Amino acid sequence: MTEEVIRAENLTKVFNRSLVAVDHINFSVKEGEIFGFLGPNGAGKTTTINMLITVLRPTEGTASVLGYDIVKQANDVRKVIGVVPQEYTADEDLTGYENIILCADLYGIPRDIAKKRALELLELVELTEFKDKRVETYSGGMRRRLELACGLINRPKVLFLDEPTLGLDVQTRAATWEYIRRLKKEYGMTLFMTTHYLEEADALCDRIAIIDHGKIIVTGSPSELKDSLGGDIITIAIKENADVTSIIKSVENVKDLRNENGAYRIKAENGEATAPLIIEALRKRGYTVTRLSLTEPTLNEVYLEYTGRAIRDAEESKEAFRMHRITLRRARAG
Amino acid sequence: MNTASQAKATNAANECRPSLARGLWALTYRELKKWLKDPVMLVMFVLQPLIWMGLLGKSMNIQGLFSSGNLGNIEIPNITIPTVYGNVTIPGTLLAKQLQQEFSKIGTSVMQNTFGVADYFSFMAVGMVSMIVMTTTMFSGMSIVWDRRLGFLDKVISTPVSRAAIIFAKILNATFRAMFQASVILALAYLLGLQLSSSFTLLNLLGVYAAIFLLGVGLSAVFIAFSIRSTRMERPMQFITLITMPLMFASNTFFPTRLMPDWMQAIANVNPLTYLTDAIRRLTILPLDASSLIWDFTYLGLFAAVLASIGIVLSWRYLTR
Repeated sequence: MTEEVIRAENLTKVFNRSLVAVDHINFSVKEGEIFGFLGPNGAGKTTTINMLITVLRPTEGTASVLGYDIVKQANDVRKVIGVVPQEYTADEDLTGYENIILCADLYGIPRDIAKKRALELLELVELTEFKDKRVETYSGGMRRRLELACGLINRPKVLFLDEPTLGLDVQTRAATWEYIRRLKKEYGMTLFMTTHYLEEADALCDRIAIIDHGKIIVTGSPSELKDSLGGDIITIAIKENADVTSIIKSVENVKDLRNENGAYRIKAENGEATAPLIIEALRKRGYTVTRLSLTEPTLNEVYLEYTGRAIRDAEESKEAFRMHRITLRRARAG
Repeated sequence: MNTASQAKATNAANECRPSLARGLWALTYRELKKWLKDPVMLVMFVLQPLIWMGLLGKSMNIQGLFSSGNLGNIEIPNITIPTVYGNVTIPGTLLAKQLQQEFSKIGTSVMQNTFGVADYFSFMAVGMVSMIVMTTTMFSGMSIVWDRRLGFLDKVISTPVSRAAIIFAKILNATFRAMFQASVILALAYLLGLQLSSSFTLLNLLGVYAAIFLLGVGLSAVFIAFSIRSTRMERPMQFITLITMPLMFASNTFFPTRLMPDWMQAIANVNPLTYLTDAIRRLTILPLDASSLIWDFTYLGLFAAVLASIGIVLSWRYLTR
């Protein structure tokens, strides 16, 4: 049986007595896996991570990391975890190397070990040639890598990554995923990450919890979640202006359908075989199929299924997002 | 509780020996390094008191008020004194001449009795040292707002470093900066003509630094506590601009408190700036007076101890939200 590395019980955070950011969530993370919190901005992901890394105190409930309670044994938790925060927290006026050594000092790692390890980590994230340059000259991708290196200085058993690729372009994002995979392989850590990118969760995570409005809606591996949708999605449109719901429903393997703007979104097992049957059934009744598409379920469909909206809809505009962040920050600070 | 995983974790935990001293040094060193890498700010901070000192200190030539030329042409009538030998008349012009000669002597004595020194510049230059100590500690304490905004503070909190080290590093950094800036101002004042007293020795400088240290610790602790939950700079900034002027004027920075109205004296007598300025003056430009110095240091010591305790307790309370 695999061990539980993180276990949260009724973990809750309420800001200013009214803003429920995290609402009685329960989950556990097994040793050696990459566990992802997937949800839109403001769903409570960062608040959860901040409680787990002992920066925020839970309002109710608790969690344990490697058996240590995050409230009662906060200092023990801090020693065995690594944190890669959402923001670029490295000191811009210092060099990359100085930043890592500063982290090492905060953990109280003996100097000789710290120096050796800092160079190793810089090599690993390919920053060796920039190690004596000030961080203010670094690009976004380089800063993210430096944060990764800092988070690993104490050889953590559990690494927390908060939106590890937020604001990075597509190539840098893919490269960062590669670094994360490599780090996990190299150090055999357990990873807890948050993201609001479906591709990211799909590409990196062994298991995902979809979180919305501070609650966990569903937990499972990406493929489990996709399978739970019960099959493929067939989208079909017909020439005639008529309701053919009952005809489609009568076809074998069709499990569910919805009429979306004149097209039918059909959920069906074994989509490749079912699609021709549907066309056949419609043709027999004299209807003409004008358009057909078949998609295997993606996390996007999973998300749509469980939260009732596409993740893009849940995301506010950039400005609204910024305002939301400010409100939340004030609430956290006040 | 999961004992197996805990045992596994101990290996990693054993290696981490976060100590107060190590964390304190690392965090203070970071701030000092940041500061030294920004020479422009360093100059900017010194500039303001330098302008005050150079322009105000030099233009307020109070001893110059008493030069004989300032008395102008005074007309004194001849004085006739009746004596047993008949009337003796002293010519007024002779009296006027004598008075003009005495006037600058009277001036020197007025200066001595009011300011303790013969020149106003020396008096106010020391006041400027106090002023820079105050502004530097206040602004440095506020850097915790930046650390919070940039997420640096959250990262530090997530490490096992001692919570006390986080606060003390800020206090120490603010105090060291104040001591450095004060040295610069003192040196500049000396170059501009500060008159050291005859009892001054280099050892007195240690006393000066000790006094600055005490005020720096007290003031910065308050400002850190004040801004620790702030995520915006505006509020602490406004507060600082609001209180620096009254603190400066209701103290002996520019003028002796003895000649102030009663209500103002009452404020000046609790204003820690008064005690710092007095201590530095007694150690540099005034003749040594042990009993006054002891009183100054007692007050500064108490100020530092009480405010630092309050500041640290508040900071601790609000560090983790």
